Amino acid sequence: MIRLDKVSKVYPDGTRAVIDVSFEVPDGELCVLLGPSGCGKTTSMKMINRLIPITEGEIYIDGKNTGEMDENELRRNIGYAIQDIGLFPHMTVGQNIETVPVLKGWSKVERAKRAEELLELMGMPPGEFKNKYPSELSGGQRQRVGVARCLGADPSLLLMDEPFGAIDPITRVRLQGEFLKIQEVLKKTIIFVTHDIYEAIKMGDKIALMNEGRLVQYGTPAELLYRPENEFVESFVGADRALKGLQLLRVKEIMTDTAPTAKPDEKAEAVRARMEQEGIDWLAVVDIGGRFVGGVNRLDLSGGRTVKEVMSPPAAAPVDAVLNEAISLMLGSGLNTLAVVDRDRKLLGVLTFDAIREALAKLGQRGEDQ
Amino acid sequence: MRDAWQILVRRPEVVLDRTLEHLQMVGIACGIAIVIGVPLGIFISGKGKRRQAIADTVLYVAEIAMTVPSIALFGFVMAILSSLNLPSLGLPPAIIALVIYAQLPILRNTYTAIRGVDPAIIESGRGMGMSESQLLFKVKLPLAIPVIMAGLRTSVVATIAIAAIAALIGAGGLGWFIRWGLRQYRMDLIIVGSVSVAIIGILFDVLMHRVERWVTPKGLKRSVRQ
Ligand SMILES: Nc1ncnc2c1ncn2[C@@H]1O[C@H](COP(=O)(O)OP(=O)(O)OP(=O)(O)O)[C@@H](O)[C@H]1O
Ligand SMILES: [Mg+2]
Repeated sequence: MIRLDKVSKVYPDGTRAVIDVSFEVPDGELCVLLGPSGCGKTTSMKMINRLIPITEGEIYIDGKNTGEMDENELRRNIGYAIQDIGLFPHMTVGQNIETVPVLKGWSKVERAKRAEELLELMGMPPGEFKNKYPSELSGGQRQRVGVARCLGADPSLLLMDEPFGAIDPITRVRLQGEFLKIQEVLKKTIIFVTHDIYEAIKMGDKIALMNEGRLVQYGTPAELLYRPENEFVESFVGADRALKGLQLLRVKEIMTDTAPTAKPDEKAEAVRARMEQEGIDWLAVVDIGGRFVGGVNRLDLSGGRTVKEVMSPPAAAPVDAVLNEAISLMLGSGLNTLAVVDRDRKLLGVLTFDAIREALAKLGQRGEDQ
Repeated sequence: MRDAWQILVRRPEVVLDRTLEHLQMVGIACGIAIVIGVPLGIFISGKGKRRQAIADTVLYVAEIAMTVPSIALFGFVMAILSSLNLPSLGLPPAIIALVIYAQLPILRNTYTAIRGVDPAIIESGRGMGMSESQLLFKVKLPLAIPVIMAGLRTSVVATIAIAAIAALIGAGGLGWFIRWGLRQYRMDLIIVGSVSVAIIGILFDVLMHRVERWVTPKGLKRSVRQ
């Protein structure tokens, strides 16, 4: 657990970068520091590992005052990743990841094992990447190594300053997703700085919204979206908060986990008759292994053909996707029912447009009632 | 030209001796210059207003020293030594003058190289809990090595040329041929002296380019970069 207690920072030139900020992040939660450029996010974060000295106030980690700890010891126990990544160019990927373990005096075997574990976790086969140099990696791979390095000595607290900042939007969304999955397992306590509200809503268990050095609102993403405490929050969140709320929900939370199915080689007529009887317009076609291979509309089923011949291409939402991704799939494919699949494209259920609408309405109410 | 060739053929051992003398002088001078220049460069690259002021002064003085014509510098060194009642002829004053010359490229390159290390890299090192000395030896110096080596190369090549003057104050080396030739109006001697200086200058430039590549950390080499 980490607690900021009335923390302020005045730089030597008189800039009041952080003013009287207090909040608490419970173990295992990811807290996003959000706010416009220059509002004091980075300053707040760097006061936690004392890269920037605190002017006033205290910061506690697990009840211990950080001001009383040895600076380097403190930092070795906190994972640290920054926007510019700062990988050591003269060291291999493996050596980079082993930085903190080396500082902490781990044995060579332990270090190597840990580096391989982390590369594996990041989806980068150690055999291929361990001995490469940062200059031989793509931007996305470097960001992954940056994240792996900050997990090096398995710290329970991570500080991440726009860790996915310097990267194209598509890769960024993917890295965010991957990181969330990792976090689900690792349950680290994380302070995550960003100025991107979409990223904040997607990643944060809590959001600390800052403006001009002050903490303006601290709460869940839903609270910020649907119960802004003042005009600044409201305008920062924006008028399209319903759309942003789409990021708060995942496909798996609102899908129906059964789906009517047909086999690819069934006769179109028979399937159509079944659909009419049950009153459904769409069903999923699955192969023998349970994998989703396409969808059929009732109206397309005619003549003496098989299902395989009339089915449409398999537009499906991954079960872990957030709703705005699902919606863009719907818009793109022109369907209002999507199959939901797992990683191996096994059919898990269906997602309908109506279900999304309902869920959003509920979410808005929940935020407002809280 | 043919006469110069004659000297080489008839008295190769003299040319070799003078060459070794020359290289010894350069070696000692550059060795001392490294021992002074690298630590001093590291020291003045530190942060803080006072450090900056020291750095500015040191670099300024070194730069001025470089602009003094080399013959005049040898003269100054002699004058100072004799006013202190120290021997003002021979190897010691020559070495002192050469060290002053060899200093600037090493000092300046060390300073700029360490200053030039990407702040993000330093910050991530510090943020992971490296102490200042760990930062210096594990991060800053390895990254600065190629630039420091380039400084050393400039320094060696320049010193090889300037050391030719050392013969004027009786320190020997390849300048000895030139001095002798000038005195006796013997073009052949002058040619032997100056061509030899030029050749070892070029040789060392090439050699140290190799060394530079060799000590550059693998991740920084251009071939790796793409
Ligand atoms: N070393 C410094 N000396 C003086 N002022 C500083 C220093 N570092 C930051 N500031 C000022 O403090 C304020 C907060 O800076 P900070 O870097 O914390 O902002 P930020 O929220 O991280 O912004 P961004 O989103 O642009 O990274 C800014 O006004 C900035 O100009
Ligand atoms: Mg910042």
